[in-house]
Parts: sequence; C-alpha cells; structure tokens
Amino acid sequence: MDNRRKAIVITKQDNVATALIPLAPDETVSVILQGRPEVIKLLSSIPKGHKFALQEIAAGGDVIKYGEPIGQATTRIPRGEHVHVHNVASHTKTTEGVP
Amino acid sequence: MNFQGYRRAAGKAGTRNYVLIIPSVGCSQGTAAAIARNLKGTVYLPNIFGCGQMAADREQTKRTLVGFGVHPNVYGVLVVGNGCESLAAQEIAEGILPSGKRVEFIVLQDMGGTRKTIAVGRRIVKEMLSDAAQCNREPVPLSELVLGTECGGSDYTSGLASNPALGSASDLLVEAGGTVILSETPELIGAEHLIARRARTPAIGKQILEATAWWEHEAMASGQNIREADPSPGNIAGGITTLEEKSLGCIYKGGTTTLEEMVPYAFPPSKKGLVFMDTPAHDIEQLTGMVAGGAQIIVFTTGRGTPVGSPIAPVIKITGNTDLYRTMRDSVDLDVSQILAGKETIQEAGQRILVEMISVASGKETKAEKLGQRDFSIFKIGINI
Repeated sequence: MDNRRKAIVITKQDNVATALIPLAPDETVSVILQGRPEVIKLLSSIPKGHKFALQEIAAGGDVIKYGEPIGQATTRIPRGEHVHVHNVASHTKTTEGVP
Repeated sequence: MNFQGYRRAAGKAGTRNYVLIIPSVGCSQGTAAAIARNLKGTVYLPNIFGCGQMAADREQTKRTLVGFGVHPNVYGVLVVGNGCESLAAQEIAEGILPSGKRVEFIVLQDMGGTRKTIAVGRRIVKEMLSDAAQCNREPVPLSELVLGTECGGSDYTSGLASNPALGSASDLLVEAGGTVILSETPELIGAEHLIARRARTPAIGKQILEATAWWEHEAMASGQNIREADPSPGNIAGGITTLEEKSLGCIYKGGTTTLEEMVPYAFPPSKKGLVFMDTPAHDIEQLTGMVAGGAQIIVFTTGRGTPVGSPIAPVIKITGNTDLYRTMRDSVDLDVSQILAGKETIQEAGQRILVEMISVASGKETKAEKLGQRDFSIFKIGINI
C-alpha cells in the first residue's frame, strides 16, 4: 500500500483537495473530511498541484479552499472530479471606475 | 510563554542589541558604511534617499529612518548627515530622542572632511558598543512580540505548505497576545473583499479596499492590469485556477484571525493581533516597512529560494520545497515539506515555527544573519528631482 500523501486539504471548510503527486482516474485517495476519514474515488486524472472535489459542488456553487470561496462552479462538479479553469469561474471583477 | 529580550527605556523589548548608523541622505551613506566597517555589533542602513524628494516621499523616508532608530532591536544610534540635505541629520536624531536611547548626530560638512567624520563617528560608536555590551536579556512575554510575515520566490509549495504553516504560527502568536503584520497590498488583489470581510470594523475593511484600489489604479496607469496578468499560464499549468486562489495562498500566512487594524507603510501598529500594513510586494521594500513599523522578527516563506535579510531584525526563512532546503541550506532555516509528505500536519509545522521564532528572538542566529544579509530599501512613491 502506498503510504505517500496523495493530496492535501488546507482547512476543514474546504470542498476541494490539492493533489501532491499526479493521480490517475479511478484511483482512491484517503482524506479527512470534516474530522472523519473518507475515501474519494477520482473521476479524472489530476495533475500534481491541481484540485479535485471532495463532495459534489452544484452549478453556481462556491469552490472553497483556504476556508474561502476561490471561484464559482460553472457546471455541476461531482465528487472526485478535476476542479480547474474548465469548470470554475473567478468571482473577481475589475474595480469600478478603473479605466 | 516568553522570549529572552532586551528591555528598552521606552518600554518595548528587542530581539537584538545593535548600534545603528543612519545616513540621513545618500551622500553620507558611504561615510556611514566606513564608520560601521568591521565593528561587530554595528550596522548601517544603506539609505540613498533624503534629498530632492517630493513631500510624501520625504515624510516616508523620515518615518522609515526614525522607525529603525526607535526600534527596540537598537541600543543606540549615530545619524550621519552631509550638511545641505533636505532631511537633516539633526531632524532624524530629534525624531529618535523620545525613545530614551542614546542618539548622536554628526555632519560631514561641519566636521571638515570625510576622514575626520569617520574617525569621530567610530569613536562614538565604540563607546556605544561598550555600553550596549552591558545590556542583558530578560524574560519578555510573547504578547510583546511583533512578527512581520513575508513570502517571496514563491512556488506551488508556498500555498500548500509554508504559508499555511506560517499562518498556523501566526494564529498561535495572536492567541498568545502578540502582533502579526501581514503586508504586500498588490498580492491582496483578487481576494481583497474576502480579507476586508475579516476586518474588526467596516471602516477598516473600507481602508483595505481603498488601498488595493490605489495599487490597482497605479499599475493600470503604468500599463499593467494586475487582474489580467494573474494567474499566469505557468500558474494555471501548475494548478492555480483563479486570482482569488493565488492571493489567498499568499494571504494565508497571516493566519485566520480578525484583522484589527490597517496601517500605512512604516507606521507602527497601535493594536495587537493581526494587522495589515500597506506595502509594495517588492520583497525588500516590504521587509523594510515592517521593521520600521516595529517588527522585531520576520518569518519569510520561499519556494524557489532567496537569501534576503534585514539589518536590525532576524529573518527566518522557511520552505515547503524539500529540494530547495537541500540546495540552499545556507539560506533557509526551516523545512516544512514534511506537510506535503504527510509526515506532519499544518498545525504541527506551525508549532515548530513558533518554537524557532522564540529561539531566534532569544538570540539564535538565522542563516541570513550568518550570511551578513542586510537588505534595506525604502518604498518610494514618486520621482526624485
């Protein structure tokens, strides 16, 4: 059994984990989710440094990392799915009045 | 919990015991350097400003130099002026006097020559060093510690290991009653509303938003759209999805507590807990501002490596990149890559950082200090004439 840490969850409020090594589809990852150990089955390959969903995120729902919303899901993201620029939009807008 | 510090007349406690030489203008900087040469326990500030500056910059230069002078890590100060500069040595000295420490000033043009000035300066400094040697460390509560937090040369490990670990240590220090300074205003852009929400009062939140808007506007006026440039293609390939994620990965080093105050560049915080200082993201300008504002110790996260240190405050470097720790062992103090290997939690690493902070505050030398890194640069707002 490979005991290397596969992914990291920064805070208890996060709904994504970040892969520490490249992970393959169907691979299982053990995480602590809100204090409880859980096993997540991956639906896609997750490159190193990329995120995957710890639970389903509804379309329009917040992607939470560092305990804060880092973006909005542009489509429903199932548990174990790759979370990145293809299914997340930034909330950030240019400050009003800036030319 | 205590650290062993030097109690000063003004009441604050220092982590170091330097005799400091401050050139009030760039013209006397070389003389200040010559006075400091080979005198152990003495440092000079490589300041090149103090003349030909617009009002706001003159004020900022003065505030920064005085901030270093009154700093509790400094036993005594010699200010060296040229004689015709706008920011006179006497003015700087008078700004430092209320701290109760020994302050002297000498002026090249009055002394009749550079060599004479150096000789007189070295005599004064040697006397101060002799007196400084009589100072002893005593137990000081952690609530009197002001930590400056910084990240530079970041890579993917910064947002996943070193910044969260430093954030955990920051929370521990705030819990102990101490102060943590978060800075680098441009890095907030993208997450400024999230940070503003954590402010103690809406007024402080508004100050944060005004500060980030100023930086964004200034960058735009020079042709750079900060929001469009970040995350970069390299960031995206590495897994960073949004600007919020990138900014939060940086901001997280300040921890999770309420933001108690926002202060301008090189201003001392008046509150304990987590405070924000408006500084550039430039590593050395940011460092200089936090030390001028009273930070007695700095913890600096890095992923790609940097040797930067500060003249009067110890800078502890930490990294989450195990390869960096191996290749730049002479510049990095602490390795927290165990977080990424699953061998340590973020909280455990945070505890280790706090322990290292207490050791360093109490006298342990950092790698940057061993290397003699004394980086100093004042954030300049406008043009010099």
